[in-house]
Amino acid sequence: MNSTLATPIPVLQISWRRRATDRLMTALSILTVLIVLTPLAAIFAYLVYKGVASLNLAFLTQTPKPVGEVGGGMANAIAGTGMILAIASLMGVPLGIGAGIFLSEYGRNRYGDAVRFVSDVLNGVPSIVIGIVAYGLVVVRQKHFSALAGGVALAIMMVPTIARTTEQMLLLVPQSIREAAYGLGISHWRTTLSITLRTATSGIITGVMLAFARVAGETAPLLFTAFGNQYWNWDLRQPTAALSLQIYTYALSPFDDWHRQAWAGALVLITLIVGAVAAVRIAVRHGKLAGA
Amino acid sequence: MGVGITVEHLNAFYGKTQALFDINLAVQANHATALIGPSGCGKSTFIRCLNRMHETIPEARVEGSVRIGDLSVYNGTSATQLRRRVGMVFQKANPFPTMSIYDNVAAGLKLNGFRKRKLLDEVVERSLRSAALFDEVKDALHKKSGASLSGGQQQRLCIARALAVQPEVLLMDEPCSALDPISTGKIEELIFQLKEQYTIVIVTHNMQQAARVAEFTGFFLLGKLIEFDKTEKVFTNPSDKRTEDYVTGRFG
Repeated sequence: MNSTLATPIPVLQISWRRRATDRLMTALSILTVLIVLTPLAAIFAYLVYKGVASLNLAFLTQTPKPVGEVGGGMANAIAGTGMILAIASLMGVPLGIGAGIFLSEYGRNRYGDAVRFVSDVLNGVPSIVIGIVAYGLVVVRQKHFSALAGGVALAIMMVPTIARTTEQMLLLVPQSIREAAYGLGISHWRTTLSITLRTATSGIITGVMLAFARVAGETAPLLFTAFGNQYWNWDLRQPTAALSLQIYTYALSPFDDWHRQAWAGALVLITLIVGAVAAVRIAVRHGKLAGA
Repeated sequence: MGVGITVEHLNAFYGKTQALFDINLAVQANHATALIGPSGCGKSTFIRCLNRMHETIPEARVEGSVRIGDLSVYNGTSATQLRRRVGMVFQKANPFPTMSIYDNVAAGLKLNGFRKRKLLDEVVERSLRSAALFDEVKDALHKKSGASLSGGQQQRLCIARALAVQPEVLLMDEPCSALDPISTGKIEELIFQLKEQYTIVIVTHNMQQAARVAEFTGFFLLGKLIEFDKTEKVFTNPSDKRTEDYVTGRFG
Protein backbone atom coordinates (compact mmCIF):
# COMPACT_ATOMS: atom_id res chain seq x y z
CA MET A 1 0.00 0.00 0.00
CA ASN A 2 1.31 3.39 -0.95
CA SER A 3 -0.50 6.24 0.67
CA THR A 4 0.25 9.50 2.41
CA LEU A 5 -1.86 10.71 5.25
CA ALA A 6 -3.73 13.93 4.69
CA THR A 7 -2.51 15.33 7.96
CA PRO A 8 0.84 14.12 9.30
CA ILE A 9 0.79 12.69 12.81
CA PRO A 10 2.10 15.47 15.07
CA VAL A 11 5.11 14.80 17.26
CA LEU A 12 3.53 13.91 20.55
CA GLN A 13 3.48 16.98 22.76
CA ILE A 14 3.49 16.17 26.44
CA SER A 15 1.08 18.61 28.01
CA TRP A 16 1.94 20.52 31.18
CA ARG A 17 -0.86 18.64 32.93
CA ARG A 18 0.77 15.29 32.25
CA ARG A 19 4.10 16.59 33.44
CA ALA A 20 2.55 17.99 36.60
CA THR A 21 0.69 14.74 37.31
CA ASP A 22 3.89 12.78 36.79
CA ARG A 23 5.80 14.97 39.25
CA LEU A 24 2.98 14.88 41.76
CA MET A 25 2.68 11.09 41.74
CA THR A 26 6.44 10.66 42.06
CA ALA A 27 6.47 13.05 45.01
CA LEU A 28 3.54 11.23 46.62
CA SER A 29 5.20 7.82 46.35
CA ILE A 30 8.41 9.17 47.88
CA LEU A 31 6.31 10.70 50.65
CA THR A 32 4.63 7.38 51.45
CA VAL A 33 8.03 5.69 51.68
CA LEU A 34 9.15 8.34 54.16
CA ILE A 35 5.96 7.93 56.19
CA VAL A 36 6.52 4.17 56.35
CA LEU A 37 10.16 4.51 57.33
CA THR A 38 9.66 7.28 59.91
CA PRO A 39 8.31 5.11 62.76
CA LEU A 40 11.14 2.61 62.31
CA ALA A 41 13.80 5.31 62.30
CA ALA A 42 12.13 7.08 65.23
CA ILE A 43 11.93 3.91 67.32
CA PHE A 44 15.53 3.04 66.64
CA ALA A 45 16.77 6.59 67.31
CA TYR A 46 14.82 6.79 70.56
CA LEU A 47 16.14 3.40 71.68
CA VAL A 48 19.70 4.50 71.00
CA TYR A 49 19.08 7.80 72.80
CA LYS A 50 17.59 6.11 75.88
CA GLY A 51 19.57 2.93 75.93
CA VAL A 52 23.09 3.66 74.87
CA ALA A 53 23.99 5.32 78.19
CA SER A 54 23.35 2.10 80.14
CA LEU A 55 25.00 -0.08 77.54
CA ASN A 56 28.43 -1.10 78.80
CA LEU A 57 30.57 -4.18 79.13
CA ALA A 58 28.96 -5.12 82.43
CA PHE A 59 25.52 -5.05 80.81
CA LEU A 60 26.63 -7.53 78.19
CA THR A 61 28.64 -9.82 80.50
CA GLN A 62 26.96 -9.84 83.94
CA THR A 63 23.76 -11.23 85.37
CA PRO A 64 21.21 -8.99 87.11
CA LYS A 65 22.14 -7.60 90.54
CA PRO A 66 19.74 -8.15 93.47
CA VAL A 67 17.03 -5.56 94.00
CA GLY A 68 18.48 -2.33 95.40
CA GLU A 69 21.98 -2.76 94.03
CA VAL A 70 22.94 -0.65 91.04
CA GLY A 71 24.71 -2.21 88.03
CA GLY A 72 24.69 -5.74 86.69
CA GLY A 73 23.52 -6.73 83.24
CA MET A 74 21.43 -8.97 81.03
CA ALA A 75 24.06 -11.38 79.73
CA ASN A 76 22.00 -14.39 80.85
CA ALA A 77 18.93 -12.98 79.11
CA ILE A 78 20.85 -12.44 75.86
CA ALA A 79 22.05 -16.04 75.99
CA GLY A 80 18.57 -17.23 76.97
CA THR A 81 16.94 -15.44 74.02
CA GLY A 82 19.53 -17.01 71.74
CA MET A 83 18.84 -20.45 73.20
CA ILE A 84 15.04 -20.16 72.99
CA LEU A 85 15.22 -18.83 69.42
CA ALA A 86 17.55 -21.67 68.44
CA ILE A 87 15.08 -24.24 69.82
CA ALA A 88 12.18 -22.49 68.12
CA SER A 89 14.00 -22.33 64.77
CA LEU A 90 15.17 -25.95 64.94
CA MET A 91 11.59 -27.08 65.39
CA GLY A 92 9.64 -24.41 63.51
CA VAL A 93 11.71 -24.00 60.33
CA PRO A 94 11.76 -27.67 59.17
CA LEU A 95 8.10 -28.13 60.12
CA GLY A 96 7.08 -24.94 58.35
CA ILE A 97 9.06 -25.69 55.20
CA GLY A 98 7.78 -29.27 55.20
CA ALA A 99 4.19 -28.06 55.47
CA GLY A 100 4.87 -25.54 52.68
CA ILE A 101 6.21 -28.30 50.41
CA PHE A 102 3.12 -30.37 51.11
CA LEU A 103 0.80 -27.46 50.31
CA SER A 104 2.51 -26.59 47.05
CA GLU A 105 3.44 -30.02 45.68
CA TYR A 106 0.75 -32.33 47.06
CA GLY A 107 -1.91 -30.02 48.47
CA ARG A 108 -3.84 -28.88 45.41
CA ASN A 109 -6.97 -30.54 46.81
CA ARG A 110 -9.48 -30.40 49.65
CA TYR A 111 -7.01 -31.73 52.17
CA GLY A 112 -4.55 -28.99 51.26
CA ASP A 113 -7.30 -26.38 51.51
CA ALA A 114 -8.03 -27.57 55.04
CA VAL A 115 -4.35 -27.26 56.03
CA ARG A 116 -4.22 -23.80 54.43
CA PHE A 117 -7.30 -22.66 56.38
CA VAL A 118 -6.02 -24.01 59.69
CA SER A 119 -2.63 -22.42 59.12
CA ASP A 120 -4.18 -19.01 58.41
CA VAL A 121 -6.30 -19.28 61.56
CA LEU A 122 -3.25 -20.28 63.59
CA ASN A 123 -1.51 -17.18 62.26
CA GLY A 124 -4.24 -15.07 63.82
CA VAL A 125 -4.30 -16.73 67.24
CA PRO A 126 -3.10 -14.27 69.93
CA SER A 127 0.41 -15.05 71.09
CA ILE A 128 -0.63 -15.34 74.72
CA VAL A 129 -2.99 -18.17 73.77
CA ILE A 130 -0.09 -19.96 72.08
CA GLY A 131 1.78 -19.50 75.36
CA ILE A 132 -1.04 -21.26 77.19
CA VAL A 133 -0.92 -24.13 74.69
CA ALA A 134 2.83 -24.57 75.23
CA TYR A 135 2.20 -24.37 78.99
CA GLY A 136 -0.28 -27.21 78.72
CA LEU A 137 1.87 -29.23 76.33
CA VAL A 138 5.26 -28.92 78.01
CA VAL A 139 5.22 -27.10 81.36
CA VAL A 140 2.39 -29.09 82.93
CA ARG A 141 4.00 -32.41 81.99
CA GLN A 142 7.53 -31.43 83.01
CA LYS A 143 6.14 -29.82 86.13
CA HIS A 144 8.32 -26.72 85.72
CA PHE A 145 9.01 -23.83 83.38
CA SER A 146 11.74 -24.30 80.79
CA ALA A 147 13.56 -22.92 77.75
CA LEU A 148 12.12 -25.86 75.84
CA ALA A 149 8.55 -24.76 76.59
CA GLY A 150 9.40 -21.22 75.43
CA GLY A 151 10.93 -22.62 72.24
CA VAL A 152 7.85 -24.75 71.55
CA ALA A 153 5.58 -21.72 71.94
CA LEU A 154 7.64 -19.65 69.51
CA ALA A 155 7.98 -22.57 67.07
CA ILE A 156 4.18 -22.89 66.91
CA MET A 157 4.04 -19.20 66.02
CA MET A 158 6.67 -19.57 63.28
CA VAL A 159 5.10 -22.53 61.47
CA PRO A 160 2.13 -20.89 59.71
CA THR A 161 4.13 -17.94 58.37
CA ILE A 162 6.92 -20.18 57.07
CA ALA A 163 4.49 -22.72 55.63
CA ARG A 164 2.50 -20.15 53.66
CA THR A 165 5.52 -18.24 52.31
CA THR A 166 7.25 -21.51 51.36
CA GLU A 167 4.10 -22.57 49.52
CA GLN A 168 3.91 -19.27 47.64
CA MET A 169 7.60 -19.31 46.74
CA LEU A 170 7.43 -22.91 45.46
CA LEU A 171 4.38 -22.09 43.36
CA LEU A 172 6.38 -19.29 41.73
CA VAL A 173 8.88 -21.83 40.39
CA PRO A 174 7.81 -22.33 36.75
CA GLN A 175 6.37 -25.72 35.81
CA SER A 176 8.94 -25.85 32.99
CA ILE A 177 11.76 -26.17 35.55
CA ARG A 178 10.05 -29.18 37.14
CA GLU A 179 9.45 -30.70 33.69
CA ALA A 180 13.15 -30.29 32.87
CA ALA A 181 13.96 -32.40 35.91
CA TYR A 182 11.30 -35.05 35.19
CA GLY A 183 12.62 -35.21 31.63
CA LEU A 184 16.03 -36.26 32.97
CA GLY A 185 14.49 -39.17 34.85
CA ILE A 186 14.76 -37.45 38.23
CA SER A 187 12.08 -38.65 40.63
CA HIS A 188 9.37 -36.40 42.02
CA TRP A 189 10.74 -36.16 45.57
CA ARG A 190 14.28 -35.57 44.31
CA THR A 191 13.04 -32.85 41.99
CA THR A 192 11.18 -31.18 44.85
CA LEU A 193 14.18 -31.23 47.18
CA SER A 194 17.04 -30.51 44.79
CA ILE A 195 15.43 -28.45 42.05
CA THR A 196 12.20 -26.77 43.12
CA LEU A 197 13.22 -26.01 46.71
CA ARG A 198 16.63 -24.86 45.61
CA THR A 199 15.21 -22.54 42.97
CA ALA A 200 12.93 -20.96 45.58
CA THR A 201 15.59 -20.72 48.31
CA SER A 202 15.97 -16.97 48.53
CA GLY A 203 12.23 -16.40 48.81
CA ILE A 204 11.87 -19.12 51.44
CA ILE A 205 14.71 -17.61 53.47
CA THR A 206 12.91 -14.27 53.41
CA GLY A 207 9.84 -15.98 54.84
CA VAL A 208 11.91 -17.73 57.51
CA MET A 209 13.58 -14.47 58.52
CA LEU A 210 10.21 -12.70 58.73
CA ALA A 211 8.91 -15.40 61.03
CA PHE A 212 12.13 -15.34 63.06
CA ALA A 213 12.09 -11.57 63.50
CA ARG A 214 8.45 -11.66 64.46
CA VAL A 215 8.85 -14.18 67.29
CA ALA A 216 12.27 -12.93 68.46
CA GLY A 217 10.71 -10.05 70.38
CA GLU A 218 7.65 -11.91 71.66
CA THR A 219 7.00 -11.60 75.40
CA ALA A 220 3.53 -12.98 76.03
CA PRO A 221 4.17 -16.60 74.96
CA LEU A 222 7.26 -16.72 77.18
CA LEU A 223 5.61 -15.42 80.37
CA PHE A 224 4.53 -18.82 81.60
CA THR A 225 6.76 -21.05 79.49
CA ALA A 226 10.39 -19.84 79.70
CA PHE A 227 9.31 -17.80 82.73
CA GLY A 228 12.58 -15.88 83.18
CA ASN A 229 15.57 -16.38 85.42
CA GLN A 230 17.92 -14.07 87.33
CA TYR A 231 20.89 -16.40 86.89
CA TRP A 232 22.76 -18.19 84.14
CA ASN A 233 21.08 -21.29 82.84
CA TRP A 234 22.14 -23.62 80.05
CA ASP A 235 19.74 -26.45 80.87
CA LEU A 236 16.88 -26.69 78.36
CA ARG A 237 14.65 -28.12 81.09
CA GLN A 238 15.08 -25.18 83.48
CA PRO A 239 13.44 -21.75 83.61
CA THR A 240 15.41 -19.43 81.37
CA ALA A 241 15.81 -15.67 81.05
CA ALA A 242 14.90 -13.89 77.82
CA LEU A 243 15.53 -10.29 76.79
CA SER A 244 11.87 -9.56 76.17
CA LEU A 245 10.89 -10.94 79.60
CA GLN A 246 13.66 -9.00 81.29
CA ILE A 247 12.58 -5.78 79.56
CA TYR A 248 8.99 -6.42 80.62
CA THR A 249 9.94 -6.99 84.27
CA TYR A 250 12.36 -4.07 84.45
CA ALA A 251 10.06 -1.61 82.69
CA LEU A 252 7.28 -2.32 85.21
CA SER A 253 9.61 -1.97 88.21
CA PRO A 254 9.78 1.17 90.37
CA PHE A 255 13.57 1.53 90.05
CA ASP A 256 15.21 4.12 87.78
CA ASP A 257 18.28 1.95 87.21
CA TRP A 258 16.08 -0.91 86.01
CA HIS A 259 14.22 1.44 83.68
CA ARG A 260 17.52 2.46 82.11
CA GLN A 261 18.54 -1.18 81.79
CA ALA A 262 15.20 -1.99 80.13
CA TRP A 263 15.98 0.61 77.46
CA ALA A 264 19.42 -0.86 76.93
CA GLY A 265 17.89 -4.35 76.73
CA ALA A 266 15.44 -3.21 74.05
CA LEU A 267 18.30 -1.67 72.08
CA VAL A 268 20.30 -4.92 72.29
CA LEU A 269 17.27 -7.01 71.27
CA ILE A 270 16.48 -4.96 68.17
CA THR A 271 20.17 -4.83 67.20
CA LEU A 272 20.46 -8.61 67.48
CA ILE A 273 17.37 -9.15 65.32
CA VAL A 274 18.53 -6.71 62.64
CA GLY A 275 22.03 -8.22 62.79
CA ALA A 276 20.75 -11.79 62.40
CA VAL A 277 18.51 -10.93 59.46
CA ALA A 278 21.29 -8.94 57.76
CA ALA A 279 23.83 -11.71 58.30
CA VAL A 280 21.58 -14.31 56.69
CA ARG A 281 20.88 -12.01 53.74
CA ILE A 282 24.57 -11.38 53.14
CA ALA A 283 25.36 -15.08 53.43
CA VAL A 284 22.67 -15.91 50.85
CA ARG A 285 23.88 -13.24 48.43
CA HIS A 286 27.46 -14.40 48.84
CA GLY A 287 26.59 -17.93 47.73
CA LYS A 288 24.92 -16.79 44.52
CA LEU A 289 26.31 -17.37 41.04
CA ALA A 290 26.84 -14.67 38.46
CA GLY A 291 23.62 -14.08 36.57
CA ALA A 292 21.47 -16.27 38.80
CA MET B 1 23.05 -46.15 19.89
CA GLY B 2 19.55 -45.09 19.08
CA VAL B 3 16.57 -47.42 19.10
CA GLY B 4 13.36 -47.47 17.13
CA ILE B 5 9.93 -46.45 18.42
CA THR B 6 6.69 -48.28 17.69
CA VAL B 7 3.37 -46.64 18.51
CA GLU B 8 0.14 -48.60 18.29
CA HIS B 9 -3.44 -47.41 18.78
CA LEU B 10 -2.43 -44.46 20.91
CA ASN B 11 -5.21 -42.32 22.36
CA ALA B 12 -4.53 -39.42 24.71
CA PHE B 13 -6.96 -37.43 26.85
CA TYR B 14 -7.08 -34.28 28.95
CA GLY B 15 -9.90 -35.07 31.34
CA LYS B 16 -12.87 -35.76 29.05
CA THR B 17 -11.32 -34.11 25.99
CA GLN B 18 -9.61 -36.49 23.61
CA ALA B 19 -6.44 -34.98 22.12
CA LEU B 20 -5.06 -37.91 20.10
CA PHE B 21 -7.05 -40.46 18.11
CA ASP B 22 -5.67 -43.90 17.35
CA ILE B 23 -2.11 -42.98 16.37
CA ASN B 24 -0.03 -45.70 14.71
CA LEU B 25 3.53 -45.02 13.62
CA ALA B 26 7.04 -46.43 13.58
CA VAL B 27 10.08 -44.25 14.09
CA GLN B 28 13.34 -45.57 12.68
CA ALA B 29 16.44 -45.80 14.84
CA ASN B 30 19.21 -43.28 14.20
CA HIS B 31 17.10 -41.09 12.00
CA ALA B 32 15.37 -37.78 12.56
CA THR B 33 11.61 -37.78 12.36
CA ALA B 34 9.75 -34.48 12.14
CA LEU B 35 6.17 -33.91 13.25
CA ILE B 36 4.35 -31.01 11.64
CA GLY B 37 0.83 -29.62 11.76
CA PRO B 38 -1.11 -26.54 12.82
CA SER B 39 -1.23 -25.35 16.46
CA GLY B 40 -3.32 -27.55 18.70
CA CYS B 41 -3.19 -30.57 16.39
CA GLY B 42 -1.66 -32.82 19.03
CA LYS B 43 1.99 -33.09 18.00
CA SER B 44 3.28 -31.86 21.36
CA THR B 45 0.84 -34.11 23.19
CA PHE B 46 2.07 -37.00 21.07
CA ILE B 47 5.74 -36.40 21.79
CA ARG B 48 4.95 -36.07 25.49
CA CYS B 49 3.32 -39.50 25.41
CA LEU B 50 6.62 -41.01 24.32
CA ASN B 51 8.36 -40.24 27.62
CA ARG B 52 5.25 -40.24 29.80
CA MET B 53 5.42 -36.51 30.36
CA HIS B 54 1.75 -36.28 29.35
CA GLU B 55 0.61 -37.92 32.56
CA THR B 56 2.30 -35.29 34.77
CA ILE B 57 -0.63 -33.01 33.91
CA PRO B 58 -3.57 -33.51 36.30
CA GLU B 59 -6.37 -35.66 34.81
CA ALA B 60 -4.39 -36.45 31.66
CA ARG B 61 -4.28 -40.10 30.57
CA VAL B 62 -3.13 -42.33 27.77
CA GLU B 63 -4.40 -45.53 26.12
CA GLY B 64 -2.58 -47.77 23.69
CA SER B 65 0.94 -49.06 23.39
CA VAL B 66 4.32 -47.43 22.86
CA ARG B 67 7.54 -49.45 22.55
CA ILE B 68 10.92 -47.79 22.66
CA GLY B 69 13.53 -50.35 21.67
CA ASP B 70 12.82 -53.34 23.91
CA LEU B 71 11.02 -51.17 26.46
CA SER B 72 7.25 -51.21 26.80
CA VAL B 73 6.51 -47.62 27.84
CA TYR B 74 3.09 -48.14 29.38
CA ASN B 75 3.59 -51.64 30.69
CA GLY B 76 5.92 -52.41 33.53
CA THR B 77 8.44 -49.59 33.10
CA SER B 78 8.66 -46.80 35.65
CA ALA B 79 8.44 -43.27 34.30
CA THR B 80 11.79 -42.23 35.81
CA GLN B 81 13.54 -45.30 34.37
CA LEU B 82 12.08 -44.61 30.96
CA ARG B 83 13.00 -40.92 30.95
CA ARG B 84 16.66 -41.72 31.57
CA ARG B 85 16.62 -43.43 28.19
CA VAL B 86 14.42 -40.90 26.42
CA GLY B 87 15.77 -37.37 26.71
CA MET B 88 13.72 -34.28 26.06
CA VAL B 89 14.40 -30.74 24.90
CA PHE B 90 11.60 -28.25 25.45
CA GLN B 91 10.19 -25.37 23.44
CA LYS B 92 11.43 -22.79 25.89
CA ALA B 93 14.98 -23.27 27.16
CA ASN B 94 14.65 -24.20 30.83
CA PRO B 95 18.06 -24.40 32.51
CA PHE B 96 18.02 -24.75 36.30
CA PRO B 97 18.47 -21.08 37.27
CA THR B 98 20.30 -21.58 40.57
CA MET B 99 22.83 -24.03 39.15
CA SER B 100 26.12 -23.35 37.42
CA ILE B 101 26.63 -24.42 33.81
CA TYR B 102 28.51 -27.49 35.02
CA ASP B 103 25.82 -28.46 37.53
CA ASN B 104 23.11 -28.01 34.92
CA VAL B 105 24.74 -30.57 32.67
CA ALA B 106 25.63 -32.89 35.54
CA ALA B 107 22.19 -32.63 37.18
CA GLY B 108 20.70 -35.73 35.54
CA LEU B 109 23.56 -37.90 36.74
CA LYS B 110 24.18 -36.27 40.11
CA LEU B 111 20.58 -36.29 41.21
CA ASN B 112 20.27 -39.92 40.20
CA GLY B 113 23.05 -40.79 42.59
CA PHE B 114 26.14 -40.54 40.40
CA ARG B 115 28.99 -38.96 42.36
CA LYS B 116 32.31 -39.92 40.75
CA ARG B 117 33.93 -36.56 40.21
CA LYS B 118 36.29 -37.53 37.44
CA LEU B 119 33.64 -39.28 35.43
CA LEU B 120 31.26 -36.36 35.85
CA ASP B 121 33.94 -33.96 34.56
CA GLU B 122 34.35 -36.13 31.48
CA VAL B 123 30.63 -36.46 30.81
CA VAL B 124 30.05 -32.72 31.23
CA GLU B 125 32.79 -31.84 28.78
CA ARG B 126 31.72 -34.45 26.25
CA SER B 127 28.07 -33.39 26.44
CA LEU B 128 28.90 -29.70 26.08
CA ARG B 129 31.09 -30.53 23.08
CA SER B 130 28.32 -32.60 21.50
CA ALA B 131 26.00 -29.65 21.95
CA ALA B 132 28.60 -27.33 20.35
CA LEU B 133 28.71 -25.17 23.44
CA PHE B 134 31.92 -26.15 25.20
CA ASP B 135 34.23 -23.56 23.63
CA GLU B 136 31.85 -20.74 24.45
CA VAL B 137 31.49 -21.57 28.14
CA LYS B 138 34.62 -23.49 29.16
CA ASP B 139 36.02 -20.59 31.19
CA ALA B 140 32.91 -20.12 33.28
CA LEU B 141 31.70 -23.68 33.90
CA HIS B 142 31.47 -23.24 37.66
CA LYS B 143 31.22 -19.48 37.91
CA LYS B 144 28.20 -18.67 35.76
CA SER B 145 24.60 -19.63 36.21
CA GLY B 146 22.90 -21.49 33.38
CA ALA B 147 20.36 -18.68 33.22
CA SER B 148 23.06 -16.10 32.43
CA LEU B 149 23.64 -17.47 28.92
CA SER B 150 21.96 -16.14 25.77
CA GLY B 151 18.75 -17.78 24.56
CA GLY B 152 20.48 -19.88 21.91
CA GLN B 153 23.21 -20.94 24.32
CA GLN B 154 20.61 -21.85 26.93
CA GLN B 155 18.87 -24.14 24.46
CA ARG B 156 22.17 -25.84 23.59
CA LEU B 157 22.85 -26.15 27.33
CA CYS B 158 19.52 -27.95 27.66
CA ILE B 159 20.53 -30.27 24.82
CA ALA B 160 23.85 -30.97 26.58
CA ARG B 161 21.95 -31.65 29.80
CA ALA B 162 19.71 -34.15 28.01
CA LEU B 163 22.69 -35.84 26.34
CA ALA B 164 24.60 -36.21 29.62
CA VAL B 165 22.35 -39.02 30.84
CA GLN B 166 23.17 -40.87 27.59
CA PRO B 167 19.68 -41.48 26.27
CA GLU B 168 18.84 -43.57 23.22
CA VAL B 169 16.10 -41.27 21.99
CA LEU B 170 16.01 -37.48 21.97
CA LEU B 171 12.62 -35.77 21.84
CA MET B 172 12.65 -32.14 20.75
CA ASP B 173 9.50 -30.07 21.19
CA GLU B 174 9.88 -27.04 18.90
CA PRO B 175 13.45 -26.46 20.10
CA CYS B 176 14.07 -23.48 17.83
CA SER B 177 10.79 -21.60 18.06
CA ALA B 178 12.29 -18.89 20.31
CA LEU B 179 15.65 -18.64 18.56
CA ASP B 180 17.14 -16.41 15.87
CA PRO B 181 18.22 -17.92 12.50
CA ILE B 182 21.89 -18.26 13.52
CA SER B 183 21.12 -20.18 16.71
CA THR B 184 18.55 -22.21 14.79
CA GLY B 185 21.23 -23.07 12.22
CA LYS B 186 23.56 -24.26 14.96
CA ILE B 187 20.93 -26.50 16.47
CA GLU B 188 19.97 -27.95 13.09
CA GLU B 189 23.63 -28.73 12.42
CA LEU B 190 23.67 -30.40 15.80
CA ILE B 191 20.68 -32.57 14.92
CA PHE B 192 22.60 -33.83 11.89
CA GLN B 193 25.50 -34.96 14.06
CA LEU B 194 23.33 -36.34 16.86
CA LYS B 195 21.47 -38.62 14.45
CA GLU B 196 24.50 -40.85 14.32
CA GLN B 197 24.09 -41.76 17.95
CA TYR B 198 20.49 -41.03 18.83
CA THR B 199 17.02 -41.43 17.43
CA ILE B 200 15.51 -37.98 17.13
CA VAL B 201 11.86 -36.96 17.10
CA ILE B 202 11.36 -33.26 16.52
CA VAL B 203 8.16 -31.24 16.62
CA THR B 204 8.35 -28.12 14.49
CA HIS B 205 6.18 -25.36 13.13
CA ASN B 206 8.75 -24.58 10.53
CA MET B 207 8.25 -26.76 7.45
CA GLN B 208 11.60 -25.80 5.94
CA GLN B 209 13.20 -27.03 9.13
CA ALA B 210 11.41 -30.36 8.85
CA ALA B 211 12.55 -30.65 5.25
CA ARG B 212 16.14 -29.78 6.20
CA VAL B 213 16.72 -32.07 9.16
CA ALA B 214 14.35 -35.01 8.98
CA GLU B 215 14.27 -38.17 6.86
CA PHE B 216 10.70 -38.88 7.89
CA THR B 217 7.80 -36.53 8.45
CA GLY B 218 4.42 -37.00 10.05
CA PHE B 219 1.52 -34.60 9.50
CA PHE B 220 -0.97 -34.18 12.36
CA LEU B 221 -4.39 -32.57 12.08
CA LEU B 222 -7.04 -32.32 14.82
CA GLY B 223 -5.45 -35.09 16.88
CA LYS B 224 -5.07 -37.55 13.99
CA LEU B 225 -1.97 -38.61 12.15
CA ILE B 226 -2.95 -37.83 8.56
CA GLU B 227 0.18 -38.90 6.79
CA PHE B 228 3.51 -40.41 7.70
CA ASP B 229 6.17 -40.99 5.08
CA LYS B 230 9.61 -40.06 3.83
CA THR B 231 10.07 -36.30 4.15
CA GLU B 232 10.61 -35.87 0.42
CA LYS B 233 7.37 -37.66 -0.36
CA VAL B 234 5.36 -35.67 2.18
CA PHE B 235 6.58 -32.36 0.80
CA THR B 236 6.63 -33.07 -2.93
CA ASN B 237 4.00 -35.71 -3.53
CA PRO B 238 1.73 -36.16 -0.51
CA SER B 239 -0.95 -38.81 -0.82
CA ASP B 240 -3.55 -36.95 1.23
CA LYS B 241 -5.23 -33.78 0.02
CA ARG B 242 -5.08 -32.20 3.50
CA THR B 243 -1.33 -32.70 3.73
CA GLU B 244 -0.91 -31.09 0.34
CA ASP B 245 -3.02 -28.09 1.39
CA TYR B 246 -0.93 -27.65 4.52
CA VAL B 247 2.54 -27.98 3.02
CA THR B 248 1.67 -25.70 0.12
CA GLY B 249 0.25 -23.08 2.46
CA ARG B 250 -3.31 -23.30 1.16
CA PHE B 251 -4.54 -24.53 4.46
CA GLY B 252 -7.40 -22.94 6.46
